[in-house]
Amino acid sequence: MSEFEASANPQTGHTEILTLDPSLKTRLEARRVTVMYGQKAGVKDVDMPIYTHKVTALIGPSGCGKTTFLRALNRMHDLTPSARVTGEVLLDGVNVYAPGVDPVEVRRKIGMVFQKPNPFPTLSIYGNVVAGLRLVGIRKKSLLDEAVERALTQAALWDEVKDRLHAPSMSLSGGQQQRLCIARALAVEPEVLLMDEPTSALDPISTQSIEDLLTELKNHVTIVIVTHNMQQAGRVSDFTGFFLNGDLVEFGPTNLLFTTPKDKRTEAYITGRFG
Amino acid sequence: MRSLQARYARDRLILLVVVIGTILAALPLALVLGYALVNGFSSLNWDFFTKGPKPPGELGGGMAPAIVGTLVITGTGLLIAMPFGIGAGILLAEYPDNRLNPTLRPLSDTLNGMPAILKGLLAYVLVVKTQGSFSGLSGALAMAFIMVPIIAKTTESVLKLVPWHIREAGLALGLPRWRVILSLVLPAARGGVVTGLLLATARAAGEAAPLIFTAFGNTLLTLDLRQPMDALPLRLYAYAISPYEDWHRQAWAAAVVLLGLIVMTSLLARWFTRGRL
Repeated sequence: MSEFEASANPQTGHTEILTLDPSLKTRLEARRVTVMYGQKAGVKDVDMPIYTHKVTALIGPSGCGKTTFLRALNRMHDLTPSARVTGEVLLDGVNVYAPGVDPVEVRRKIGMVFQKPNPFPTLSIYGNVVAGLRLVGIRKKSLLDEAVERALTQAALWDEVKDRLHAPSMSLSGGQQQRLCIARALAVEPEVLLMDEPTSALDPISTQSIEDLLTELKNHVTIVIVTHNMQQAGRVSDFTGFFLNGDLVEFGPTNLLFTTPKDKRTEAYITGRFG
Repeated sequence: MRSLQARYARDRLILLVVVIGTILAALPLALVLGYALVNGFSSLNWDFFTKGPKPPGELGGGMAPAIVGTLVITGTGLLIAMPFGIGAGILLAEYPDNRLNPTLRPLSDTLNGMPAILKGLLAYVLVVKTQGSFSGLSGALAMAFIMVPIIAKTTESVLKLVPWHIREAGLALGLPRWRVILSLVLPAARGGVVTGLLLATARAAGEAAPLIFTAFGNTLLTLDLRQPMDALPLRLYAYAISPYEDWHRQAWAAAVVLLGLIVMTSLLARWFTRGRL
């Protein structure tokens, strides 16, 4: 039925993946990740593997901690003075929270796309895509041109904008702006791309184009996507984690989690009894 | 419940009170402006802009050294004030947890409320005393003291208007914080920052007090910042308290030119902010 098998460890309650596919590699691994906002825990003790060149979806009702967990993966919580992250996030075996690790370096390897399209309003389409490269000192035009074409092609936007690369980024439609943001994130060639409900502000056609994109993109980059749309998780992801009240309730291959959930709460959520 | 008419009547009454209050507040300003324009315009002529002052008792002459001096002193003051003002604004807005801020903010507010003449005194102690002579540079420094807190305040408030998501987008690309601020946040707030610079300039250009014992005044045209330099407010003050009828007329003309400079700067500031932050 599936090349994967998942089972819950009865002692810890944490889900372990028994893989039957030895080619599966772990790019990112969360170990006992807890995010505290003051005295309140946003996410508690989450263990989760993120597999290389796969799409991992994080689902759950509003306020369940899925976005909080996502932002812990590339140290975006560093910017919130009240937030504190404990536990480990291993990127290719190295803890990104270890002392001496530069969060700027972490974010170059783990890119992010946000809920609302947020192109830099003062920059052109071209300027947005090369922002990450140019601002770290890459100036050679041929290199930048190459990166723009590659990133925009990967983001399935090249054909629509190739004749007006120097037009203001705000002249694009919402769906195009979001693909521009994806291109901007891809231009610095990250290993992992985190997406925080990237289609929630978009119309169904733009949503469709971004979903199609993900299947293609995972050949280049490992993807983690937060979505409140279970159908979307089902369509685009290989693995799914279900969050509730800050806990990771269940994690497994998407097709298994949706057809034979191990936990009653997962079943209740995916069958639409709450959420 | 009260009748609708009564509520409308009350509404009109309150509107009337507000309108009268506004007129009372604006009237003196309008009178001063009108009086200055009526008296000043008739005294404006080509000589006023091209010639220097004549000795007391002689008719004619103009304020070329004062006009040039005001431009040089405020311009230099702006160049000195800009990096400090914008820097302080960035620190206050972008690094709210910085240890300097609990000191910087009240300091900036106090400096803003401090009498301009004390800023002149400070420039006097720092430059005139150490250099041994009055100079345009000391006047420019006094002007900078006036401008810095204004620039810091406006920069801080426009930076805070820049949406947070722009910073997040930059940081998520793996850009260091200072890069994000200088290359992404500041350009997004450009219009507002420039407006702050212009408003600070307009405010400082009209001050006479801080120049009395710094720039000091000069009847000769000079561009040398080490020399005493004339300025419109200084010359205006000197002529207004003189016993000569002709100098009184020229003081009014100076008032019109000064007002014109300030209005132009303010209009420029408005033009920069149209449709932006």
